[in-house]
Amino acid sequence: MSRERSDGVPGDAPVRRNGVQWPMLIGLTVVWVLLWGGLTVGNVLSGLVVAVVVTLVFPLPPIVFGGRLRARGLAVLIGWFVVELVVASVQVAALALRIGRPPLNAVIEVDLRSRSDLYLTLTAELLSLVPGSLVVEVRRSTSTLFLHVLGVRDESDVEAARRRALRQEERVVRALASDEELAAYLAEGVGR
Amino acid sequence: MTWLDVVSAACLLAGCALSLIAAVGLIRFPDLLSRMHAGTKPQVFGLLLILVGIGLRLRDWSDVGMLLAVAMFQLLTAPVAAHMVGRAAYRRGAVRRDTLLVDELTPVLEAEDRPGP
Repeated sequence: MSRERSDGVPGDAPVRRNGVQWPMLIGLTVVWVLLWGGLTVGNVLSGLVVAVVVTLVFPLPPIVFGGRLRARGLAVLIGWFVVELVVASVQVAALALRIGRPPLNAVIEVDLRSRSDLYLTLTAELLSLVPGSLVVEVRRSTSTLFLHVLGVRDESDVEAARRRALRQEERVVRALASDEELAAYLAEGVGR
Repeated sequence: MTWLDVVSAACLLAGCALSLIAAVGLIRFPDLLSRMHAGTKPQVFGLLLILVGIGLRLRDWSDVGMLLAVAMFQLLTAPVAAHMVGRAAYRRGAVRRDTLLVDELTPVLEAEDRPGP
């Protein structure tokens, strides 16, 4: 999100990669087959052709992913996401139906602790999917998110929203980071 | 009617109720950013419930694959769309300041717009 804002950091511009991106090709082909609704040789071949054309016409910047999938962290991440989705959906629904004054909101700054495009993007996506928080601005250079939070009553609600965002990031890192990344992330937290 | 049909009907009804509440919120919330919450969020969960309901009723693998694709695209695109609309609205000043208890972004943007020394 907001990728054009690299804030003038030299050498920080995303580089477009060349060559065949097999995971991308396979993913696009699977989607194509799903959309046609049948696993036939014709569908797979036409899907591969479309995937090659799409990756050639719209090349994406590479994602730096040096981590590994941690099964336990991933389960915690998905489990908490579902819980938050349900709870927050009910809360926003209650706010929408409440009689009386419309809710107060807040725009808060959250400084994420990791320095990775991937974790920044994933955290922002997950926070946006959970009702009650909306990402209005992203600073890639400092890993800062600006969130619009629905229905705050006082300062303690604002701080609770900030902590919720940081916990979301921690779950993302614990699900995907390598040992070195996780150690650096935890060390960053001690310095705060 | 099996118990699967009952679960399916419950999911469909709950999903419809959430989508209806999202529409109510869209009308009742005061400004664009609050409306983005109502417009994008209960509807994500509502849609997922409806997809689960349909999947339990159809029980056919090619249909379930299609439903999975719908869910995936919804989860991928809804936050990006909400972010782009919210970001543009904020920068255009289409935000009602009187609904904000705290605003930590405006000072940051103003500091950036000011010409440097």
